Amino acid sequence: MSTRTVRTAAGFLILILLAAVLFCLSLTTGTGRISASEAIRILMQGRTDSPSARIIFDIRMPRTLSAMLLGGALAVAGFLLQSFFRNPIAGPFVLGISSGAKLCVALVMIAAMQQGMLLHSGILVAAAFAGALLCMLAVLLFAGKVRQMAQLIISGVMIGYICSALTDLAVTFADDANIVNLHNWSRGSFSGTGWTDVRDMAVIIAAAMAGAVLISKPIAAYQLGEEYARSMGVRILPFRIGLILLSSLLAACVTAFAGPVSFVGIAVPHLVRSLFRTARPLIIIPAAFLGGSVFCMGCDLLARMLFAPQELSVSTVTAVFGAPVVLWVMLRRERGRS
Amino acid sequence: MDRPPLLETKDLAAGYRKKVIADGICFTVRAGEILTLIGPNGAGKSTILKTVAAQLESISGEVALCGKPLDSLHEKDIAKQLSILFTARITAERLTCFDAAAAGRYPYTGMLGLLSEKDRAIVTEALEMTGAAELAEQEFREISDGQRQSVMLARAIAQEPRVLLLDEPTSYLDISRKLELLTLLRRLAKERGIAVVMSLHELDLAQKFSDQVLCISSGRAQRIGTPEEIFRGDYISELYGIRSGRYDPLYGTAEPAPPAGDPQVFVIGGGGTAIPVCRRLFRAGIPFAAGVIHENDLDYPVLAALSTKLITAPPFEPIPEDAFAAARNCMTQCRSVICTVQTFGTLNRQNEALRTLAEAAGTLRTEI
Repeated sequence: MSTRTVRTAAGFLILILLAAVLFCLSLTTGTGRISASEAIRILMQGRTDSPSARIIFDIRMPRTLSAMLLGGALAVAGFLLQSFFRNPIAGPFVLGISSGAKLCVALVMIAAMQQGMLLHSGILVAAAFAGALLCMLAVLLFAGKVRQMAQLIISGVMIGYICSALTDLAVTFADDANIVNLHNWSRGSFSGTGWTDVRDMAVIIAAAMAGAVLISKPIAAYQLGEEYARSMGVRILPFRIGLILLSSLLAACVTAFAGPVSFVGIAVPHLVRSLFRTARPLIIIPAAFLGGSVFCMGCDLLARMLFAPQELSVSTVTAVFGAPVVLWVMLRRERGRS
Repeated sequence: MDRPPLLETKDLAAGYRKKVIADGICFTVRAGEILTLIGPNGAGKSTILKTVAAQLESISGEVALCGKPLDSLHEKDIAKQLSILFTARITAERLTCFDAAAAGRYPYTGMLGLLSEKDRAIVTEALEMTGAAELAEQEFREISDGQRQSVMLARAIAQEPRVLLLDEPTSYLDISRKLELLTLLRRLAKERGIAVVMSLHELDLAQKFSDQVLCISSGRAQRIGTPEEIFRGDYISELYGIRSGRYDPLYGTAEPAPPAGDPQVFVIGGGGTAIPVCRRLFRAGIPFAAGVIHENDLDYPVLAALSTKLITAPPFEPIPEDAFAAARNCMTQCRSVICTVQTFGTLNRQNEALRTLAEAAGTLRTEI
């Protein structure tokens, strides 16, 4: 048992250290050069009116925090979906849930822009949640009875395509000055996040995370399959509904604030399981959150740095690092089967 | 028999979505007893087990767990009294065997499912009982089917049930593991007073390890009783609708039907010596007759099944004249005779006479 405890402690330590390093790097990296020592001085002083302080406090800090929170949320959403479908390749992006949320948010945004209204982030999250749930229901209808990994993923990807096409259509016809903004968002980005957004997402994500930790016990039982879970006293229907609501809420929150971000939901839980060598949800849920934070902060950093001053969409970077992990998962499964 | 009944069904009908698959199921299992469900594939054994395990709603009839109607019990209470070992496939990534077995503590742990020292001790003990202790830290997906079965049995034991339900628990196991598993079930029944209900395909093992056997065929409970009551005569062949061959309930062996056609070889056997020759004749597809075999002879059950015609003698008696005459008559119609017996005593003296006759006729062979 003790090696297990050591591994768990070491795993968390590594993730926390990485998160801290990336957080600092993220504050000091960018078009306006701010050295590490200067950044520390600014942080100690608190908010002042100097340009560097404003860059750190008003632009980089909220952006980094949102990458941290949303990345964590996305990874946990992925883990919950994988638990629901008992399928390691399930995730909000491949199941089309992110795209559904994106479609709903885009429609609401376009409608609001035409009215010249500014939208409260709560409304965007609600729209994203509705879109996510609708897509989830569609996936369940198509693949609910199917236990095969391939069919589930194919129906999810198809639904994702339909939603993306509809979003593109809506964006094309929304002839507006804000279209550029919308277009950026629909490709996935953490930029342009303000402090109120950070506060709102923190509240939602904290609530959903508390919920996820509370159902970690039935998730563990459900890993053995529905029959065993029921025989141990899990009430399957409320549990499954809880899983869907929580994962949709987390995925919706990410989409509402940052647009669709791909592959984090699959890659991070898998990497974390490999690092901790366990499937225990009580460890994996917080670890996936940290892992998602690290992954997204890192990818956001790369998105900003690689072709600076040109910024990549964060989804491009997460795909480059996330998609190979998905392939690795599939190979592992094939090997496990034979 | 004053031990408390732990699991009882009365006129239970089980099935999916109002479609009855098994009907009229009545049994009572007491503490320390093993009840085994046998019957052909698709007879409804799994459906019955699932219904009794509260996995499926019963269509009609009653199920009582520890004296209370199953549908009146809360999920948690059922979980503390009944655990299962079913055939579900588990695919969770990175699930360790210890964690899989520890899941059995679910009904006893708190909100977050943290294991106490006592819980850990119970899980470890269960893993030791099933011989899976050294697998604890291995990944569940990466061990063999037989090892998985041990881990999942440990899980079921760690749940500390009063009733244990197992659906074909021996299916993927080799013979030594089959025996180990069933011996462990007997031990659990005796030491912990657990009532065990399981389905088995291995009839010989069902016969040896069960207190009661429930026979299911085409969705009906055909018979229930002790193994001695069930494994007798041709009942098992009837239950399974065996058409090509027969099941010998005494030895627990299945024998195929004899090759078609008139007997071409006559085998003089006795004392178990004829069995290898008769098996070779069967494999070669040659119909044969045999005699004169005492009804209590070792050769009897195999030859009775494989031979086209068998001439027998009553137990403990010298071979009577009419049997000798019938054998001589049959022998002359066969193109060759094989005698597998070397020694002749007072009871099989007439078989020596048969051999002498065959030798004189020039039909005696040593091999087929």
